[in-house]
Amino acid sequence: MAIKVMIPTPLQKLTKNRADVEANGSSIRELIDDLEKSFPGFKERICDETGKVRRFINIYVNEEDVRFLKQDNTSLKDGDEVSIIPAIAGGR
Amino acid sequence: MELREDQIERYSRQIILPNVGGKGQKKLLAAKVLIIGAGGLGSPAALYLASAGIGTIGIVDSDKVELNNLQRQIIHSVKEVGRPKVESARDRINAINEDVKVITYNLRVTSLNILDIIKDYDIIMDGSDNFPTRYLVNDACVLSKKPLSHGGIFRFDGQAITIIPGESACYRCLFSEPPPPGLVPSCQEAGILGAVAGVIGVIQANEVLKFVLGLGNVLTGKLLVFNALESSFRQVKVHRDPKCPVCGENPTVTKLIDYGQFCQIKRR
Repeated sequence: MAIKVMIPTPLQKLTKNRADVEANGSSIRELIDDLEKSFPGFKERICDETGKVRRFINIYVNEEDVRFLKQDNTSLKDGDEVSIIPAIAGGR
Repeated sequence: MELREDQIERYSRQIILPNVGGKGQKKLLAAKVLIIGAGGLGSPAALYLASAGIGTIGIVDSDKVELNNLQRQIIHSVKEVGRPKVESARDRINAINEDVKVITYNLRVTSLNILDIIKDYDIIMDGSDNFPTRYLVNDACVLSKKPLSHGGIFRFDGQAITIIPGESACYRCLFSEPPPPGLVPSCQEAGILGAVAGVIGVIQANEVLKFVLGLGNVLTGKLLVFNALESSFRQVKVHRDPKCPVCGENPTVTKLIDYGQFCQIKRR
């Protein structure tokens, strides 16, 4: 299953500066594991030591925040677009 | 209050807009807007808000103008280098529009002073540059029930959301906790293209103007995400979080927190 994943600027170092990549998985958890395989170090940036998505990063399937779906068990289907969006603080 | 002849001339292009009119212009002239940070976001926002005739603009900033600010902080100019940013901003605003009463706060907002500073304003625009200030501003606005326009930038990314406390999701509903110090570089370390700050700062100014005029839909319940490299805008939904530490059902943040303690907040 090909899922398009939108990568935020702070993580693009890991994806060779690509702003979107394709990955596979039938759930968010599987998708993150697949991204880790393609881009080693990816999971550590997104998840804490317990494997939970960090609190200053949200993952969206299409427009919906997975925290309000089934978190990392949220299922994915072909053609879904996943966005990883971290908090950013710059302003000056 | 009746509009003067010169005001009718000055604001004619927006007075003729449907749903604005003289009545809308009077709302703008009566409005009080607080801008936190006279920097990359605050500069373009202040210029547009001043030009539109926002009657009272408060500006908070403790810094002085530096040469490396001018690449993006377009309210300041070379001759102001070394002067407090709030003074430089005030002078520029009044050079554009003498209708605007500018109140300057040459300080940093803290848990001790912020509630007193925001209390007289109709809406707050956050253009600060660090997580502790952003969470402080969010919490203070939620606790004081003050509408807030939030904007953030990082390299080629921008984000904006408008928060109406009690009605729409707050910044902690979106991101309950800031990243630990050191994990996310600041603009100073990360770099920023001035126009990216301009895009987000102007979106924030537009949010403030819509809020004051009661026009259209403000960016509540959704986060606008701008990617400058693709020139793309996306929106994602932001729900109110019942477990939000500040505006949820059992808030753990009931008073303002000092900067150093940010990483210890527990989510219930």
